[in-house]
Amino acid sequence: MATATFSRYADLTALVGLMTGDEKHQAAAASTLDVLWVLYDRVLTVTPETTDHPDRDRFLLSKGHGPAGYYAVLAAKGFLTVGNLRNWTESDSPLGHHPDRTLVPGAEISSGSLGHGLGLGVGTALGLRAQARDRPRVVVLLGDGELDEGSNHEAIAFAGRAGLENLTAVVVDNSSATHGWPGGIAERFTREGWSARTVPNRDHAALYGALTAPHDGVPLAVVVTVV
Amino acid sequence: MTATTAHSGETATDVAQPMRETFVRVVSSALDTDPGLALLLADISADRFAEVSARHPDRVVNLGSREQLLIGAAGGLALTGMRPVAHTFGSFLVERPFEQLKLDLGHQGTGAVLASTGGSYETPGYGRTHMAPGDVALLDTLPGWTVHVPGHADEAARLLEGALPGDDRVYLRLSERGNTQPHAVGRGLVPVREGSARSRGVVLAVGPMLERVLAATRDLDVTVAYTATVRPFDREGLRRLTAAAGQADILLVEPYLAGTSAHEVAAALHDRRHRQLSLGVSRNAEVRGYGTQADHDRAHGLDTAGVAAAAREFFLV
Repeated sequence: MATATFSRYADLTALVGLMTGDEKHQAAAASTLDVLWVLYDRVLTVTPETTDHPDRDRFLLSKGHGPAGYYAVLAAKGFLTVGNLRNWTESDSPLGHHPDRTLVPGAEISSGSLGHGLGLGVGTALGLRAQARDRPRVVVLLGDGELDEGSNHEAIAFAGRAGLENLTAVVVDNSSATHGWPGGIAERFTREGWSARTVPNRDHAALYGALTAPHDGVPLAVVVTVV
Repeated sequence: MTATTAHSGETATDVAQPMRETFVRVVSSALDTDPGLALLLADISADRFAEVSARHPDRVVNLGSREQLLIGAAGGLALTGMRPVAHTFGSFLVERPFEQLKLDLGHQGTGAVLASTGGSYETPGYGRTHMAPGDVALLDTLPGWTVHVPGHADEAARLLEGALPGDDRVYLRLSERGNTQPHAVGRGLVPVREGSARSRGVVLAVGPMLERVLAATRDLDVTVAYTATVRPFDREGLRRLTAAAGQADILLVEPYLAGTSAHEVAAALHDRRHRQLSLGVSRNAEVRGYGTQADHDRAHGLDTAGVAAAAREFFLV
């Protein structure tokens, strides 16, 4: 089946519907769907033809659970076929409940265990900077519950002090952190020298504005509040 | 080298080796010539890289005391096609960020050179927190790692120079002590002293253990083989040496957790009857004393006298 027939935002629900999963993963998929769409539709410079190009933008799905929305967007953008979605999680499928970069075309990292994407993103940003590749962005998507992992705070503190302007952290806040983030998640980033914006998850214009906001010399955090 | 050039005293079999200085020199030089190389630090040894850091600020990065990030960032650098080198004490390089080693390097399909310092207990005054006798055993649970345990600074230099141009996963276990002379590296098990056709078996000495093993077995008719690379393990070499020995009795002497390579010996000789004994850092109890390395060697039976006693008993002398 040609993916061109499933290439619109309006098709994502149908694409997600081709996959099945437990309720938690379904909910996780729904909370990330809009920001994933805005990223791949309007923000990221990467196509199925440029997945190995050194100057492509990198999207790192750190919150690897609930990847149905991610797979749906990858299919809508031609990285995956619709057929890939139909047998997801079967033994011969490249698509599992957590993505594997060696199996999923377009997936920059393998994820699933919480708290690994931002460290990988810092290293990717450092690698691009060392190679004087100023154009590509490195966008890492995390969850608010995932933010509990201490590894993120090593990465947040260092990225802020190092002024990794090419790094963006997108934190999808669906209030799943057991002990919460008093004062809001954005403050955790601004305190460490990041520029941070907080936007609602369904507002595509606001998401686009936040994801493309100027942030001269510092990394950008976009907190996406699930409403 | 023969047993006659090794000395029986403790100090003669425990020669200071400037491996950390060698690491600094080799990596600094490589950073000057290879634009694809990057060094990540977590404060440890950062002062020693101050000069090269000033020349290559984007490729020598001190992350502070952030060891999960040390490995995560190494994985990210590798994803951009660069060759990361990460360095700190073994306890903080392998044990603390172990899941990052598993996922941010192995599971991503990327590589890095990890160079540890401190050995199993080379700063005994710091106590258990700075001891990492389990580092090689831990890495051994992950596929695809090459593990070097040099016994001399010159070996460390050659192994490092061989590892830097690659894209694989390499662990270089640097030590501040070792043997008086370097030996061949990169060729599997190297016989250092050959036993007769009626010999009592094979002794395998890893890295810094060699000269004390030679001293401890000087009166025994055994083959003493050396290696500075334990993963991949030279199974074929061990089979060959064992076939030439009088008995298929293998004494393994490793400077880290006892028995770390016992399963490799068993796999190498799986189709023939054999005996084996593994010496190394004790598994069954922490040594809580401080003191010196020699104190800890004695406590673990890794001093010359301890190895000699174990060898005589094992080889039924």
